[in-house]
Amino acid sequence: MDTILSVKGVGKTYASGHTALDAVDLDIGRGEIFALLGPNGAGKTTLISIICGIVTPSSGSITVAGFDAQREYKQARRRIGLVPQELSVDMFETVLATCRFSRRLFGRAGHDALIEQVLRDLSLWDKRDAKIMELSGGMKRRVLIAKALVHEPDVLFLDEPTAGVDVELRRDMWRLIHRLRENGTTIILTTHYIEEAEEMADRVGVIAKGRLLLVEEKGELMKRLGKRELDVALAEPLSAVPPGLDGVTLANDGRTLRYVFRPEDEGAGIPALLRRLEAAGIAFTDLETHKSSLEDIFVGLVHDGVHEREQAA
Amino acid sequence: MNTHGVWAIYRFEMARGLRTLWQSLITPVLLTSLNFIIFGGALGSRIQEVGGVDYGSFLVPGLIMSSLLVQSVSNASIGIYFPKFTGTVFELLSAPISAFEMVLGYVGAATTKSVAIGLVILATATAFVDVRVDHPLAMLGFLILTSLAFSLFGFIIGVWAKNFEQLNFVPTLIVTPLTFLGGVFYSIDMLPEPWRTVTLFNPVVYLVSVFRWSFFGTGDVPVAISLAVTLAFLLLCLGIVMVIFRTGWRLKN
Repeated sequence: MDTILSVKGVGKTYASGHTALDAVDLDIGRGEIFALLGPNGAGKTTLISIICGIVTPSSGSITVAGFDAQREYKQARRRIGLVPQELSVDMFETVLATCRFSRRLFGRAGHDALIEQVLRDLSLWDKRDAKIMELSGGMKRRVLIAKALVHEPDVLFLDEPTAGVDVELRRDMWRLIHRLRENGTTIILTTHYIEEAEEMADRVGVIAKGRLLLVEEKGELMKRLGKRELDVALAEPLSAVPPGLDGVTLANDGRTLRYVFRPEDEGAGIPALLRRLEAAGIAFTDLETHKSSLEDIFVGLVHDGVHEREQAA
Repeated sequence: MNTHGVWAIYRFEMARGLRTLWQSLITPVLLTSLNFIIFGGALGSRIQEVGGVDYGSFLVPGLIMSSLLVQSVSNASIGIYFPKFTGTVFELLSAPISAFEMVLGYVGAATTKSVAIGLVILATATAFVDVRVDHPLAMLGFLILTSLAFSLFGFIIGVWAKNFEQLNFVPTLIVTPLTFLGGVFYSIDMLPEPWRTVTLFNPVVYLVSVFRWSFFGTGDVPVAISLAVTLAFLLLCLGIVMVIFRTGWRLKN
């Protein structure tokens, strides 16, 4: 992997003694879309804020494109764009003026053609002379994205990009993220919408209570932790699960047999179950299977991770 | 050096000044005019001369200085306080810009605005009284130096302030009284003891005195001492600003 961002042992403990982040190690490859998943207060924003220079870490080191984020912060930060979670924009400025400001602030000479392109891509060009306070919430978020892109960053951080955003804008945002990736931009987004990670990410990191519980390729994660579920609609309702049927429960007042299994487990799978049903003389009328979503995996992981830590403590 | 970044902040701050041009320029002009009418016209007719200078003219340097101090502090403090208040400070903190460059942008703009206000007040004064400037270069120099020192001071106040009340506290309750007691309307020689000695602890006395010297060639305290006090204050503020950025105090978690 051609690493563009490397986080080593980064932790943050506040003066109050609260540990927001606990020795996080993370490598991000050039051009990938990485989703950082976690519940509220897990440490997602803290991690991003440390990488971007807004929060000072208590320990650890970060390199961006080979530049140390502390010692060579200018080179490191030039390569980073940040879209924060809060709609923090200068209300009295116009869209165009605030984008020009951002580009220069990041050490780049004015480039109105590029700014125009970014604004057009975000459907903001018509609003370029509007004061930001006149814009809707969704438009303000687009302005924040434009501000983060006009200095042509290599790595773009999107902190909860679609929180409180309508469906249309969310779809637009996803399209934009894919387009950015095609141009070689590395994207790191935090979200608690699993759907978002599932839709877009190449790799997923799960964070809870300041700890990075795992980092895995999305497909691998789904395969490794994804369970499949088979619902068998029975011809006659059952009062109890017949003996010899492992991993099976009854649902729907005994009209449905629910079978949860991992496809890679030995002896598991639909054919095996069906053979056992036939042997037991149980007739059925319909079959329905579905795989567990990233959401189920996530809930399980966070629950187990926190549980393990509580036991350790 | 991130010159584009410094320039961006400077232009942003100047544009903010232009948006509030009415408040930035008309207020000091109006206040100065009122001061001339009340103190120069109505009361000043009873005071003929101070140290050989016509009382109306004598007021000019002090009035410029008093507006300059309040304007520098409020302008620079709101410049950095506002991004903190609205949350846009995240962009400044995440930008490839050093502490020095950021201060250069903010304090540079505040200083420019203050100097402009000082010159506008000077121009207003000529409508009421005869103004003579014996040392124009020194006058301009002190105008810039004082604006710079108090803009730095204002920057510190802006970083320190946690709410609008604290933001207004220093200009209103510290700078304004010190200015009124700093020899704007009188020569400290006119004060009885012990007030004459007490007043020497007020730094504004030195600023007004040296500024008045650049106009009329005479001041309450020697020029060198005034200059030293001004420079010491400037360096103190600069030191505090550097510490603020090194530690991230009230800017970063």
